[in-house]
Order: sequence, then C-alpha cells, then structure tokens
Amino acid sequence: MSKILKKATRESFGEALAEIARFNEKIVVLDSDLAAATKTKIFKEAFADRFFNCGISECNMIGVGAGLATMGKIPFVASFAMFSAGRGFEQIRNSVAYPNLNVKIAGSHAGISVGEDGATHQCCEDIALMRSIPNMVVLNPCDHYEMKAAVKSAADHKGPVYIRLGRLAVETINDQETYKFEMGKGVTLKDGKDITIIATGLPVRAALLTSKLLENDKISARVINIHTIKPLDREIILKAAAETSQIFTVEEHSIIGGLGEAVCSVVCEKFPKRVQRIGINDRFGQSGSAHDLLAHYKLDSKGIYETIKNKLG
Amino acid sequence: MDIDCLKGLKSLACKIRIGVLESVYGAKSGHPGGSLSIADLLAYLYLKELRANPKNPEDPNRDRFVLSKGHAAPALYSVLAHMGFFQLENLKSLRKMGAFLQGHPNMNSTPGVDMSTGSLGQGVSAACGMALGAKLDGSGVRVYCVLGDGEIEEGQVWEALMFASHYNLDNLCLFVDNNQLQIDGWVQEVAGLSKIPEKFEAFGFNVMQIDGHDFEQIEHAVNLAKSQKGRPSAIVMKTIKGKGVSYMENNVSWHGAAPNEEQFKLAKAELDSILAELEG
Repeated sequence: MSKILKKATRESFGEALAEIARFNEKIVVLDSDLAAATKTKIFKEAFADRFFNCGISECNMIGVGAGLATMGKIPFVASFAMFSAGRGFEQIRNSVAYPNLNVKIAGSHAGISVGEDGATHQCCEDIALMRSIPNMVVLNPCDHYEMKAAVKSAADHKGPVYIRLGRLAVETINDQETYKFEMGKGVTLKDGKDITIIATGLPVRAALLTSKLLENDKISARVINIHTIKPLDREIILKAAAETSQIFTVEEHSIIGGLGEAVCSVVCEKFPKRVQRIGINDRFGQSGSAHDLLAHYKLDSKGIYETIKNKLG
Repeated sequence: MDIDCLKGLKSLACKIRIGVLESVYGAKSGHPGGSLSIADLLAYLYLKELRANPKNPEDPNRDRFVLSKGHAAPALYSVLAHMGFFQLENLKSLRKMGAFLQGHPNMNSTPGVDMSTGSLGQGVSAACGMALGAKLDGSGVRVYCVLGDGEIEEGQVWEALMFASHYNLDNLCLFVDNNQLQIDGWVQEVAGLSKIPEKFEAFGFNVMQIDGHDFEQIEHAVNLAKSQKGRPSAIVMKTIKGKGVSYMENNVSWHGAAPNEEQFKLAKAELDSILAELEG
C-alpha cells in the first residue's frame, strides 16, 4: 500500500467506517443530508442497507442513534460539528451520554478551516461542549492514519465518543507502518527541553514545523500530539510541566473550553507552570480560504512561531 | 373484551393511580396530572400487550416501551412495580437521594425502563431507532411510545415522525396523551396546537382517535396498529389530566404539584373505594 501523503480527515473517517464495518455487522451509519461532505457516502456505497439518511434533522438523528444503540447496534452519526455537537448538544447529553449509550458522534468541518462557508459553519466550540459531558470521550485526530485508527478505537470502545473531522486535506505526519493509537494517550512527536507545544488536530503539523523554526533560535521545543482530549493524558502533560519551562497549547478551537483549558486544569492542580493558550481568541470566524484563515488567526507555523516568540520575549 | 378482563384492567389502572399518588405524596414533588391521564393505557399495555418479562427485563426480544413524556414517570414506575419488575415498597423512594426511581426515567437504574427520557421530544426519536433496529434484526419486536400533547410542540417530534414514516416503521406505535393541558395552561391557548390527528396523517401515519380511558377502544386501536403494514401508527387519545382523582381532573395546577396530607387522604379514599368495588 502506498503511503498517503495528504488527505482530509473526513475522508479517512469515511474510509475507516467502510473498512471496519466489514468485520463488525453491528456498525450502522446515520447522516443528515451531508453524506457527500462528511464522507459517510463512502460507507453508504459499500453498505447501503446499513446507512440511513435522516434528512436535515440532526436532533432526531442523534436520538435515532440512541435507540439503535439500545438494540445492540453501534451507530456512527455524522454531520458538521456545528450541527452534531452544536445543535444536537442536548440530545447528545440526555439521550446518549446520560444513559451511556454506545453512539459515536462525528463532527465534520470543524474549526475555521471550513473556509469559505464562514462563521455560521465554523464550529470552534464543539470540543468545549463535548468534553463538558460526563461519559463522553473526545477524539481529535490530526492526520489520515491517526483518524483511521481512532475510528476503529471508537468502535471498540463501549460508550459515547465524539470524533472531530476536518474538511481541509492535511499532510500526513504519522508513519503508516509504526503508528499505534491508544485512546487517552498523548504522543510525543519530538522531544525538547526548553518549552513544550501541546497541539491537537489540524495544527499538530504546524506545531511540528514551529519547533523547527524555534531550533534556529536555539530553543528546544517538545511537541506533544493530544488526539484524545478526554480522557486527557495527565501524565504526559505533567511530565512536560516538570521538565520544560512553559507550555503552549495549540488548537483550531476557541481558547475557551478546549485543549488549552484542559491542559491548564491539569497543570494548575498538580504542577503550576505557565500555560499559554493558542487558538481562536473568543471570536467568530469569517469567509476566506482555509489557508488564509489559518494564517489570519495565527494557526499556521508562522503565526504559532510569532506568538511563542512574543510570549517568550 | 370479557367482563373479567375489563375488571382486571380497571383494577390495575386503579392500583397504578394509587401508586402514583403514594409516590408523589412521598416525594413531595412530581407530576401527578399527566401520570393519572395515562394510567389506563399503561394498564392495558403491560397487562395485555407488551411482551416483557419482569424476571428477565433485559431480554433482547422484549417489546420496548418509551415514555417520551418522561415526567409521567410515577405512572411508569407504578405499573412496573405492580407487574413485578421491582417491589411496590420502592415506590415510596421516588425522587429521594440514592433511589433508583429518579425524577425522570433512567434506563440504567430502574428495571423495566427501556429508555432514559425526560427532556421532551427526545424519547420518540429513540423509539424510532429501536423500531429501526428491530427491523434490521427481523426480530418482530414492537415499540410503543407515549407522547404528551404539550410535548409535540417540540420540533424534534416532527423530525422523528418524518423519519418513522420514511423508513416505514410499522412496528412503531405512538400514543398522544391528549389531555389538553400543559404547565402554563390549555395547550390550545399556550401554543395554538390543534388538528393533531390531521398533522400525524400528513406525516404519513396510520392515525386513530380514541377515548384513552376506554379499554375496549384502546384494545381495538392497538390491534389495528399491529395489523398495519408499511407505515407507523399513531393513536391520539382524548384523556383527562388528573383522571381518577376528583379535584385533580382537568385542573392544570396538578401538572407538577404534590398533594398535602389532607389532599392525599381524600384522593386515596376515592381510589380505594373504586378498587374495593372492583375487587369486592
């Protein structure tokens, strides 16, 4: 199999569903008229009799998923993050998470990299919403191989899982042969002794590039990829807090309620150290190309580098 | 329906009502009005219709019951207790700290509860998922779900109806407890909700209108729903909120209030005398 160099995680998600469903007949997939965009249509083409389009009705879709789970099915329900995690928040809380039902919720087109559709569709609050719910696991894979492994892991996990998917094609950083996904475990992508950059999802690659830029300034930056925001790998974070002078978190999400605040909580409670959150600064997005937006909101390697240099003074 | 059968149903319905009163009185809170209005339906479903075994409440082949109007939990708990899913004694623990009888149904804490409900409009979607799951398995499992008339003001209900109809869920039977009252007053005045049967028909349902306190009508409608192929059924039941307790009937102030000691004794005496007559 040739190495995938660049792919949107939504596409990896759709492929993964079609692959795992071959070995697990309990898997069913629901979408709300966005199968072409969330890529559940890849599953639909392979397993038409296990795919159910709910029409543009996310709240019902989540409830139907809950009902299917009570009958022993493993439903994956998909829409844009804005509409699954956003509009369906209360259904997820009360019909899925409270009864601890085995429903997997996919939020596609998450963050500002949705691009041209603009602020109404750029969900930067989904991680905050989902991680506040008891029983919920929150996954935010950063590339093709991680997404494929995460989908399999979500299917194997008994209980609700939220999986964040991106629209934009992203370059692969993990190795196809050696990558192992362990739910709840962060991954140290690069060791470093001065500072730590903890990133999740799309900007993980930018964080890695940032660490290279910092090397030129003789700053050794550790880079940690957090694919599981809940349950959070406290150990890897506390180790970074103990071994490096300060932590920068990077996420394509509001700095309120996301990875940054999750890291802050761990660090504050156990090993107080300065944490600087890099993300969307309590504002809405706007229309534009994904790359222009990432640059504008300083979530590309150049922007992250500037912010870190600024804070380090 | 023969006389003994009818007597048995009336007797169970009366016992369910006494259980509702005792549990809500004990909790000093809860929703008696909408619990009393569905007592007859629950007596019929659990005594005559649902394939459910109190000795094996998790049996995957059981029929499912979803109380979408989850605030009528006291009625559900009362019928489950009388059918032997748990001890009658437990009804007194309703809404108390540590009790398995939560204010609204919790499928993981209470034997016999098939879905956690309480946030209005959500149970019906889960019921659709159950019916779809049963169809995928070809199991013959039927799904029954009770909605309040106030509850159907929730938009999600109509999403669910569209789904049930689109996927031909003929193993799904919905009941609308049309007692015409919601917390803030008459349903018609609060939200202008009208033409409920016509709305369900427009969404592709096989619709029946009955008196929800008449067991023969309930039986007839449920049997018609079972014989219906290719589309889901909805039974719109005209009911009386607070049915069976004279001072609670059609009085919205009993939507979500518990009786005091004097009121409880009065209600209990009324129901006890009906029961004594039935069983005498």
